[in-house]
Amino acid sequence: MSTHDRRTHLKALLALGGTLFLSGCDRLSRSNWFPPILKSADRLNDAVQHALTPRKAMAREYSPEDIAPGFRANGSTNPKTPAYLELVSDNFGSYRLQVGGLVQSPVNLSLADIRALPSRTQITRHDCVEGWSAIGQWKGARLSALLEKVQPLPSARFLVFHCADRWGSAQTPYYESIDMEDAYHEQTLLAYELNNAPLPVANGAPLRLRVERQLGYKMAKYIMAIELVERFDHIGDGNGGFWEDRGYAWYAGI
Amino acid sequence: MTGTRSRNERFYRHRLPVRIAHWLNVLCMFIILLSGLQIFNAHPALYWGHDSDFESPWLSIGAYRDSEGKLEGRAYLGDRHIVTTGFLGVSSNADGEQERRAFPSWLTIPSSRWLAMGRNWHFFFAWILVINAAIYLAWSTFSGHLRDLTPTRTEWRGFGRSIVDHLLLRHPVGDAARRYNILQKLAYLLVIFGLGGLIVITGLCMSPRMDTVMDGIMSLLGGRQSARSLHFIAAVGFVLFVCIHLFEVVVTGLWNNLRSMITGQFDYPVEDDSASKKVEKSHEHS
Repeated sequence: MSTHDRRTHLKALLALGGTLFLSGCDRLSRSNWFPPILKSADRLNDAVQHALTPRKAMAREYSPEDIAPGFRANGSTNPKTPAYLELVSDNFGSYRLQVGGLVQSPVNLSLADIRALPSRTQITRHDCVEGWSAIGQWKGARLSALLEKVQPLPSARFLVFHCADRWGSAQTPYYESIDMEDAYHEQTLLAYELNNAPLPVANGAPLRLRVERQLGYKMAKYIMAIELVERFDHIGDGNGGFWEDRGYAWYAGI
Repeated sequence: MTGTRSRNERFYRHRLPVRIAHWLNVLCMFIILLSGLQIFNAHPALYWGHDSDFESPWLSIGAYRDSEGKLEGRAYLGDRHIVTTGFLGVSSNADGEQERRAFPSWLTIPSSRWLAMGRNWHFFFAWILVINAAIYLAWSTFSGHLRDLTPTRTEWRGFGRSIVDHLLLRHPVGDAARRYNILQKLAYLLVIFGLGGLIVITGLCMSPRMDTVMDGIMSLLGGRQSARSLHFIAAVGFVLFVCIHLFEVVVTGLWNNLRSMITGQFDYPVEDDSASKKVEKSHEHS
């Protein structure tokens, strides 16, 4: 065998090896048993991030000149369901946020009620799981203030946000969940203003969640109801959120 | 080389921990790189600064329509672009259909567009790599292996000559072939502590949770989007290192090098007159 032949054979062997390896990775990705092994890294990420950062650590806040000219809207940009379009048509005058589940006093709040709650304004960076970032100024009711109003029961461990947007031909409702630590965090808001204007439909009107230490998909838009629960495995496919049900990490700190 | 014939001697070059760490690195780096390209494909544009100025990424890959309305893949560096149809921007998927995607399906894990699964692979094998690196560094420190990688003063003086030797593909013989040479040492140290450190730190800087305690270093790097750019550049650095590494492996004896990284045993040439010198020496003593 000449050197040339040997080289050609080696190249063919490497190409074959590479193809086999990659199709093997594809097969593992679609198997039932392998992804749970990969996803064990989610728990490690979660544990390490919580171990290395204080519970109340604050996300950086930027100055007004850092605000991006147009805040990118991603995911759903208009739920377009009849019920939602009706809310839009009367400028959310008939909107009511239902807060219930494991609480002592469930409430139904109008947008005016929510605006009357203690608020916070913050200029923060929004990091999308896709990789981009945008800086915007958010004003909203502090979620901790709302929790003080409804008095969570000791068994409540998570807040589930039920949203107006529906996805795909199955019209799957969007939902998200966070734990009490994030819910009581100083920067966690039910935002109703973006860059000094009422929250646009594209960005989640009338209310969207801000959990500044996690990625964008956690920050549910078009919030219609908040349910306090002990566990969330009965909701959706049981992973705590629309994107979590599609393989994304529940704790989206990275 | 007249008068001296060379022969081969075999010695135990790579200890077991080095060999295990090496092949784990190969597996991890391969998977992390290709799942990284899957993640990049979710938003194939890079920026400098804290956030994304969508109008002006410094690097981007995308699909565009050419003057005849046909799909054209383009890679942009600032305002300048090259047409990359078939490879970047527009490429065929497994079913042979043209698809808009930055890196082609045969360069991503998984091959289809699947960000969640790409992230699963990326993070899992990133942990394996980090744990592997930690064990390797601890072992290297205590076993003295780290000293094998530290350049000596004499070696620094031979720096220029080593570059010339490498360019002329002149390889060391005798005792020198048993040690890492100066360029090798610097390359490994630079990759482990330079690129390795940079890629871990920039990876962590992309975490909004970690940023609560890493704002200083994130700002020093220029912001989260700068960190993302540097993460990509560090990955390119790893690819360049692997290319040079593989080239050197091939030109200095593929099978010999491969064997030494599998069984540890390495053949190196010695000049035959060393044997005769030994004989002379023993004569002196007699």
